[in-house]
Amino acid sequence: MTSLGIAQIALFYVLILVCVKPLGAYMATVFEGKRTFLHPALRWLEVLTYKVMGVKPDVEQRWTQYTASLISFSIFGFLIVYLLERAQAYLPFNPQNFGTPNVTPDLAFNTAASFITNTNWQSYSGESTFSYLVQMAGLTVQNFASAAAGIAIAIAVVRGFARQEQRTIGNFWADVTRATVYVLLPLSIISALFLCSQGVIQNLKPYTTVTTVEGAKQTIAQGPVASQEAIKELGTNGGGFFNANSSHPFENPTPLTNMFQMFLIFLIPGALTYTFGRMVGDTRQGWAIFAAFSVMFLIGVFVCYGFEQAGNPILGKLGIQTASTAGQAGGNMEGKEVRFGIANSALFTTVTTDASCGAVNNAHDSLTPIAGLVPMFNIMTGEVIFGGVGAGLYGILLYCIVAVFIAGLMVGRTPEYLGKKIEQKEVKMAMLAIIATAVSILVFSGITSVIPFAKNGYWNAPGAAIANLTNNGPHGFSEILYAYVSATGNNGSAFAGLSANTPWYNLTLGIAMLMGRFLFLIPLLAAAGSLAAKKKIPVTSGTFPTHGPLFVGLLVGTVLIVGALTFFPALSLGPIVEHYLMQSGRIWS
Amino acid sequence: MSTTVKEPKAVMTGQDDATSLLPKKLAHSRPLFDREIAGRAVRASFAKLNPVTLLQNPVIFVVEVGAVLTTGFLIRDGFTGAGGVVFSFQIALWLWFTVLFANFAEAMAEARGKAQADSLRKTKTDALAKRVTASGKIEQALSSALRSGDVVVCDAGDLIPGDGDVIDGIATVDESVITGESAPVIRESGGDRSAVTGGTRVLSDHIRIRITSNPGETFLDRMIALVEGAERQKTPNEIALNILIAGLTLIFLLAVITLQPFSAFAVAQAGSGQIPSVAVLVSLLVCLIPTTIGGLLSAIGIAGMDRVMQHNVLAMSGKAVEAAGDVNSLLLDKTGTITLGNRQAVEFLPAPGVTDAELADAAQLSSLADETPEGRSVVILAKEKYSLRGRHIPEDEATFIPFSAYTRMSGVDLQGRQLRKGATEAICKFVIERGGDVPRSFQEMSDRISRSGGTPLAVAEGSRVLGIIHLKDIVKGGMKERIAQLRRMGIRTVMITGDNPLTAAAIAAEAGVDDFLAQATPKDKLEYIRKEQAAGRLVAMTGDGTNDAPALAQADVGLAMNTGTMAAKEAGNMVDLDSNPTKLIEVVAIGKQLLITRGALTTFSIANDIAKYFAIIPAMFMAMYPALGKLNIMGLHTPQSAVLAAVIFNALIIIALVPLALRGVKYRPLDAASLLRRNLLIYGVGGIIAPFPGIWVIDQLLVLLHLA
Repeated sequence: MTSLGIAQIALFYVLILVCVKPLGAYMATVFEGKRTFLHPALRWLEVLTYKVMGVKPDVEQRWTQYTASLISFSIFGFLIVYLLERAQAYLPFNPQNFGTPNVTPDLAFNTAASFITNTNWQSYSGESTFSYLVQMAGLTVQNFASAAAGIAIAIAVVRGFARQEQRTIGNFWADVTRATVYVLLPLSIISALFLCSQGVIQNLKPYTTVTTVEGAKQTIAQGPVASQEAIKELGTNGGGFFNANSSHPFENPTPLTNMFQMFLIFLIPGALTYTFGRMVGDTRQGWAIFAAFSVMFLIGVFVCYGFEQAGNPILGKLGIQTASTAGQAGGNMEGKEVRFGIANSALFTTVTTDASCGAVNNAHDSLTPIAGLVPMFNIMTGEVIFGGVGAGLYGILLYCIVAVFIAGLMVGRTPEYLGKKIEQKEVKMAMLAIIATAVSILVFSGITSVIPFAKNGYWNAPGAAIANLTNNGPHGFSEILYAYVSATGNNGSAFAGLSANTPWYNLTLGIAMLMGRFLFLIPLLAAAGSLAAKKKIPVTSGTFPTHGPLFVGLLVGTVLIVGALTFFPALSLGPIVEHYLMQSGRIWS
Repeated sequence: MSTTVKEPKAVMTGQDDATSLLPKKLAHSRPLFDREIAGRAVRASFAKLNPVTLLQNPVIFVVEVGAVLTTGFLIRDGFTGAGGVVFSFQIALWLWFTVLFANFAEAMAEARGKAQADSLRKTKTDALAKRVTASGKIEQALSSALRSGDVVVCDAGDLIPGDGDVIDGIATVDESVITGESAPVIRESGGDRSAVTGGTRVLSDHIRIRITSNPGETFLDRMIALVEGAERQKTPNEIALNILIAGLTLIFLLAVITLQPFSAFAVAQAGSGQIPSVAVLVSLLVCLIPTTIGGLLSAIGIAGMDRVMQHNVLAMSGKAVEAAGDVNSLLLDKTGTITLGNRQAVEFLPAPGVTDAELADAAQLSSLADETPEGRSVVILAKEKYSLRGRHIPEDEATFIPFSAYTRMSGVDLQGRQLRKGATEAICKFVIERGGDVPRSFQEMSDRISRSGGTPLAVAEGSRVLGIIHLKDIVKGGMKERIAQLRRMGIRTVMITGDNPLTAAAIAAEAGVDDFLAQATPKDKLEYIRKEQAAGRLVAMTGDGTNDAPALAQADVGLAMNTGTMAAKEAGNMVDLDSNPTKLIEVVAIGKQLLITRGALTTFSIANDIAKYFAIIPAMFMAMYPALGKLNIMGLHTPQSAVLAAVIFNALIIIALVPLALRGVKYRPLDAASLLRRNLLIYGVGGIIAPFPGIWVIDQLLVLLHLA
């Protein structure tokens, strides 16, 4: 690790830290339905939306109604995206004349599931598959919608803790509208303009064909990139306009845009912790969660950075310089953009997998084994290290419930969190959510590891399961595991090396994304409904304190141990054994 | 307030204080491993192997299924002559031991209860009762044939045939069967001492009883059922914890089952090694699932009930014990709980011109015939402070004037002296009537005592006021510290008293309670409880009278006194057989201890898994990826010895923790943050570390004994 690298990581963290309180307080005001400084400019849009959609924002919903609204919202989004994809050949804004054969039903399903769940897993390559209309009206719209829905759910869950003896947890439509109008839209517009100023493209032109200096013909993809780029990061969506995602110079041209993109990824998840503290009436509670996020993030980033900077000992044995010197980065530069270097690549990898963003600025497949374990493990925690917009907060609240329940008994009281007793219902719901995640990851990876496909059969066009992998040995296993981890965690980043655009992967990954999103959040909304109905128990010296370092440590421990215990066997056959094999000098084809 | 009016409670508590030193039949703490009980538990452990009953405990059920599977494959391998039979045999054996150890823990807790139930049942003989028929005649009836509403009569020596209320007469009753107290108690019609319990014996006199329970539903029946655990229902927290550990079991089941395809992939890639055998996969599963807490969970619950019982408190449900741990507000009766039952003389304040000794002498003389505790305390104070011995006054020389509600004073006419003591107003009137004169400072002195929460007792001789005796409620020794301790635990104490607010405030301040309810009527109590509950607090209280019943029923923890009425006992969810209201504090501590024990063992159980991974994962995969041998940080000898050591450790830890589960984790009255820090360190961090040396030692032994 270099001091410059560490300084950039520190700078990034400070930027996030500074924004937590102002943005968090602003969002609390927005979701309490109070007036903000943006109301004069944007209130008309909120009112107009309600009028057009026939929403009564003050009519509160029970958790069941809230969930039903969310699901109908998601189904509607799914159908729109699916139909746009399948019909793109007949629709405008398609200068490259992308046709329907490119978009098989399974790919369309996978992509629609991917964007409504805020996953943005891409089995396709953007610039050679979808028209500008699909990218703008289908995918970018869902980038907003799925992010707004995530924030809405988090707010609803927070209300479960903040309220008492109430049957309702807010109005989904009002929450989604407010999240979009007052949070996502203004920040996206500013961010898109800034990205444009730094060289990110924004046009609707056909692709440019140029002749290179060597005389070869090259097609340079164009498109409305900046508008999608801003919300891609801000909404922790991660779906790139181009296949190369944030390593593409039109998406992420400079180190400054790189820092800015990482900042956008953590901005809302970080600030929501303060919103939470404000809404439950004790900002220390929010800071405790922010602290837990920070601890896990910093551990991850420095492990990843450390192992990347250490590089691959096999190369070292071949006499290749792997130490960092003034003239070269050293370490492992495979799969990285030179303009970002090791520190900013490791940081981006950690940030994008902590928050369930999934944008990438380097090839995760090329990370050294332990550095590659970091993003995989980050997602395995259930995306609760900052996490997706909203999703991170409600995810960590689930872990708070589990941590408080296990250790809270040790103070001799029925466990309680924020004055709410954690009882049968909450524990049941928390366990359901954790089990759903584990089922999705383990069962799909298990089947995929051994399923004997007929060569060139329908399910697996290019060949047998292993033929879909570009790597043998444990790294091949990591590629399969990472795919299902990423889909289930609604992250969407890929380890790559996996030919995912086959019916088997498209369908199973699509299902994994839906399970990871809905089977996780529905139990949580149920728990929120149950919590909202409970009384708040006054805080005494006998109350389990949930704001100090002790609780932060406990929460971090619970997240890491639950994740580690569930996935350690699988990880030991992937990155862990690969690390030892690398050290012993073994090479796989 | 008059000095000689006795509060009924004062009598009752006085009696408790006298008898609490006597040996108690139930209150002895049994040794942990009684040979007979242990024998019974061992037999029961095998009976509990029945999968239908074991289904109640999902974690141990999974272990049993694993044991069956391993045994099945072992038998198959035995026939086919496959290798590794010795290893599989040992694994199967230890898996069965794991199930048996878990069963033993539960059986042990149950057996301890059963032993107690048996001794109770012996007293439950079918006696002949004298039933009063509608026409008023007395007929013989079997006690088991008595229904609620029947009226029976009991004479000295008769066994009371069923639970009921005395409707006529007064008698002394031997209740040692229930309470373990050998001193007889008085039961009389009306008032708060009318309840009698079936199975107890009338020692003197003759009473008429209305039976209040049907056969099989008597207090004794319920008590037997409770201690036997027959009526045991899982408590809310226990159910929630069961869900958590069942969920964890499911997750680990997934993690282990999917290891099969993962290993198949790895074997194909590595080109060496083999997919782990069923025995090894089952071993990993059993080591990972929370068998420690799964095996001990119900034992902890039963033992918690049992501990309450050892304090001579009968909890009607485990839920009540659990709720006791959660209590935020304790409603304590002032008299008998916070203060000693009676006011005591603490000071003599002479009137102007009167010497201390003169006042003390007069006070003592006037109190010689006063048998109330207040009166006796005056005699004692005079003796202690002025060395005035109690004198015997011949009856014919003195006329004792007893207290009457009309005169509000008492005293003695002795050799022409008219000594009186009583309420200040009454004494002033007495003196003025005799032409005397009351100095202004005398009245001020009296008011000052009243304001300080004490009771002034004026003393006069004829037309002359001599001074004032300061009577004071005495806060029980150590009570202030206990209340401060409760506050640290986050529990508010509320003093309930019939005193006026001024007096109440003074005592409240002295005892350090957080709040008080003065001039409390039963309705006030009920309202106070409702108000506390509306604010989200859990409330515990004690009570004995029928008029306490609504409040006892409303409170989350209602501890009824055994001396109280049947209505109070029915309304509360606990009965204190010793009728000692201070017990409430112990009950709270037991409730907390129960929850802490559960939390500690859950944390310990989960924390243990880390070490087991480091034992089993390298053992499993070393054949395909020898590089994973680096994870064998304990340096275990062979894959077989490693797996076996982990399984054995997992089984032995259950047995090792049985005493902790039965006794409960030592409870310290600390604030939550310190308790958490302490317990996390012991059971969390300790749980992570402890298995490493444990597994290592077992591995060494296995190799030494050539078992692996």
